[in-house]
Amino acid sequence: MKRFSQLAVPYIVWTVIMLLLPMLLIVLYAFTDTGNEIMTFRFTLANFAKFFTDPDFLLVLWRSIKIALKTTVICVLIGYPIAYFIAFSSDKVRDMLILAITLPTWINMLVRTYAWIGLLSDGGIFQSLLGIFGLGDTELLYTEGAVLIGMVYNFIPFMILQINTSLSKMDRSLTDASHDLGADGIQTFLRVTLPLSLPGVVSGISLVFLPAVSSFSIPKLLGGGQFFLIGNVIENQFITVGEWNFGSSISLIMALIMMGTMYLIRRLDAYSSGRGKERELT
Amino acid sequence: MKKQKRPVGKTIMILALIFFYLPIIFMIVFSFNESRSLTNFTGFSLRWYEKMWNDSEMMESLYTTVIVAVLATVISTIVGTISAIGLSKSRKIVQDVILQINDFPIMNPEIVTAIGLMLFFITLGIERGFMTMLLAHIAFCIPYVILSVMPKIRSLDPNLADAAMDLGATPWQALIKVIVPQIKVGIFSGALIAFTMSFDDFIISYFVTGRGVKNLSIMVYTMSKRVNPSINAISTLVVLFITIVLIAVNVIPIIRAKKLGIRPGDIKGDKTPRI
Repeated sequence: MKRFSQLAVPYIVWTVIMLLLPMLLIVLYAFTDTGNEIMTFRFTLANFAKFFTDPDFLLVLWRSIKIALKTTVICVLIGYPIAYFIAFSSDKVRDMLILAITLPTWINMLVRTYAWIGLLSDGGIFQSLLGIFGLGDTELLYTEGAVLIGMVYNFIPFMILQINTSLSKMDRSLTDASHDLGADGIQTFLRVTLPLSLPGVVSGISLVFLPAVSSFSIPKLLGGGQFFLIGNVIENQFITVGEWNFGSSISLIMALIMMGTMYLIRRLDAYSSGRGKERELT
Repeated sequence: MKKQKRPVGKTIMILALIFFYLPIIFMIVFSFNESRSLTNFTGFSLRWYEKMWNDSEMMESLYTTVIVAVLATVISTIVGTISAIGLSKSRKIVQDVILQINDFPIMNPEIVTAIGLMLFFITLGIERGFMTMLLAHIAFCIPYVILSVMPKIRSLDPNLADAAMDLGATPWQALIKVIVPQIKVGIFSGALIAFTMSFDDFIISYFVTGRGVKNLSIMVYTMSKRVNPSINAISTLVVLFITIVLIAVNVIPIIRAKKLGIRPGDIKGDKTPRI
């Protein structure tokens, strides 16, 4: 049996070369200068200083966090009722609805985002709809709103599926018990269903917020280059400008921010599921 | 739960489904549009499909996407399964460390993985193109295969392979004839995840490619600035392809179950997971 462990040796070598080394290279590039010559590097913090002293970069970072937060809030507010409806449907309907929500996520993300360009462009369906209310010449494409729609569209299925999972796992007799004990629908929802579904909301938040912060194709396609996010800055540094050291340090800053967020979310998760358990017992 | 009519819930659900499918339906409809317009449907025509067919850049990107996805899926499924079996028999500390590194491409924002791989290829002086794209895809697909195969291996009886070998099987036979059939559900869903991850990938491909090698996502990204309804045509084909694959994946277990005389609900585990 022991000899089966040798099967892992090639992959151990592979992970070190293809997964670990690239991460170390980002750190190395982030803390060094003199261009892209690996043999002559010098340790420096200048890349980080450049980022944190330039108000433009800080503004872009702030804007990215802000739009990711907005996306997350919208996804929770819209996603929760949808997940609730799905979770409390009959088994057959639930399976069908889950398939209906999963299906679009299998289609290429760029393709799905591209489809919104036509819908939001001047004279498109949405502008005509707004025309009914006399707002016919509202610009839709290449605005923050368009980027927001694109992000919600791409990421909300993850939120719905997460919340649905935790609602479906819930013991149905709990809501019946709550009704029997005299709680009305709203009270039951607020004090039984909602707390028990919080772990799903929390993991949904991390699945929406993290990709939203680092997204750069959605702002490029629907924001039309006028709506720059941190992902676009990184893309620019690597593809257009060729400042790999600076680009690496921005990526590192972003990765650290995201790790911090993950940590906070996990703490929140532990707290909310802990509370859920407590309620389950009492 | 009592049966309720739930009119509010139904309305929300219908609006949500419109939201999810409107862009896709729109795209399909306008791929048959006669004119270049993305807002007015002037008449039915197949000219954008014809244009797509004659556009070598588009067809090449489609070809690259499919070839990379197929190769990356096959290689990462085989390597991932073998490695997962090996890791499960390795020492605890090795297993923990490797699985931790294995999680990097899953946990990290994609752009960070992309930049890491790009710097890696540049630093080693490897010219970027088709090969680097394939290597990168294999690199981020294997972790998903391991992630989906590992739980199945852990739930196996650890003495299974020993028993097979005591009965005269060679280690290779024990692996192929005893262990692999037991974990094939995990292997299958791992392969499916690997395929869609590779087929869909934009960010990592975008950073590690070069010499004009493009996949579908990169092509859409670079072409999106000018109006080009052929993108709708090629996207429609992709939607059609994915729908067929998904329906096949969801329907085949039901048909198989019917043949065996089991109710479809009994093999829920066969459903493919989505991360």
